[in-house]
Amino acid sequence: MGGLDLFSGGAAASADGAWSVAQVTAHARKLVEAAFVRLWVRGEVTGFKAYRSGHWYFSLRDRQAQVRCVMWRTDNQAARTQLEDGMEVFVEARPTVWEERGEFRLTVKQLIPTDTGGLWQLQLEKAKAALQRDGLLDPARKRPLPQYPARIAVVTSPDGAALRDIASVVARRWPAVEILVVPVRVQGETAEAELCAGLKLADQVAADLVIVGRGGGSREDLWAFNSERVARAVAAVSVPTISAVGHETDVSLTDLVADVRAATPSAAAEAAVPDRDAVRDRLNALARTLAGGLLGRVELATQRLDRTGDRLQATIAARIDHSRGRLDALHATLHALSPLRVLERGFAVARDADGRVLKHVAQFPGGTEFRLTVSDGDVRARVTDGAA
Amino acid sequence: MTDRPSFREELEQLEAVVRQLESDDLDLDRALDLFEEGVRRLKVARTLLTESEQKVKKVIAEAGGTYREEDLDV
Repeated sequence: MGGLDLFSGGAAASADGAWSVAQVTAHARKLVEAAFVRLWVRGEVTGFKAYRSGHWYFSLRDRQAQVRCVMWRTDNQAARTQLEDGMEVFVEARPTVWEERGEFRLTVKQLIPTDTGGLWQLQLEKAKAALQRDGLLDPARKRPLPQYPARIAVVTSPDGAALRDIASVVARRWPAVEILVVPVRVQGETAEAELCAGLKLADQVAADLVIVGRGGGSREDLWAFNSERVARAVAAVSVPTISAVGHETDVSLTDLVADVRAATPSAAAEAAVPDRDAVRDRLNALARTLAGGLLGRVELATQRLDRTGDRLQATIAARIDHSRGRLDALHATLHALSPLRVLERGFAVARDADGRVLKHVAQFPGGTEFRLTVSDGDVRARVTDGAA
Repeated sequence: MTDRPSFREELEQLEAVVRQLESDDLDLDRALDLFEEGVRRLKVARTLLTESEQKVKKVIAEAGGTYREEDLDV
């Protein structure tokens, strides 16, 4: 940044060419705010005062210098620390100029004591900010876990409680799973590198899901899970991830980056696989629907068949009725035309032995035998005399 | 990587079969075929579900970016 060249800007407004105090402080503020981004400052707290408004005022100092600080109520409420004079802290702050007093000041957004792991905390905050900048903490990145994983990769220590817990929960809930253990050391100097390599390997074994974690431990023990490198390795896994670092209160960086955070390895296993009993119920319901579906289909077909049968029968019955009527009519006609009707009126038909009808006198020489048909039957007859 | 049928696939197919079976315009022959398929998948899914043997393997990285799997007792 260039020096604070306050008087060469030509911005003086009054007739005598002098700046007003307000002008110079406003200008100074602009320059200071433009010159610094947010930064972390380390120093000893002095002159701490918490006002009734809730805002905190104090100074930070080291051997050479000091600077005034303000931490607004909305920001200090989130700080878990009670400040005291003499305490050494890291503050994340934005330098500015308080115009009313012409005072150079830090507006503190975040504050961490340097003792009780403050250095680590500081690193963590920095790493978190870096991940945030790269969008890795974006809730929209979170992927849903697969419902029925067949292969689960577990990046953890091969002989820790975490693996045993995961294996036993999976065995109870959903045994139809292959657990692929990617053995790594989860604490100590090599943990960070081994976790990164393990996550990369886990991504190559065609797993449906990757669990990374370990059982509980001290803050130091769990530190590898707060490494920015490890967090980025978790983010780089191409399948959904569960971070399970055994601690109830703190959240580690891998928890923030993984798709799902589980408080313990057992909880991770519960989240990873469905419950067999619940799934069995669902299968049974499906089986019922399946059978019901077919039955319904058969029922429908039967009904249709029945309807068709009914129609067929009705059609045939109608046809038979119709035919019967016609038959009756024909019968009546036939009856009316029948020569038998004539016989009923008293006529008779004479026929020779061959059935030929005898119509003429010439056909009746004396002694001829013939049949005479009357209304109710035949009689045999003979001509006793010749033609009359 | 895995050679056995995946439960997820079986279940998804089974659900698809049931959906089709419930649709209106379906002739009986097709319904019977679907039913048979459904029963087959149901059986596979049930078998997978009752399979009690859990497999735990250790993944070991090898030179050249490959890896091998080894059975592991937990």
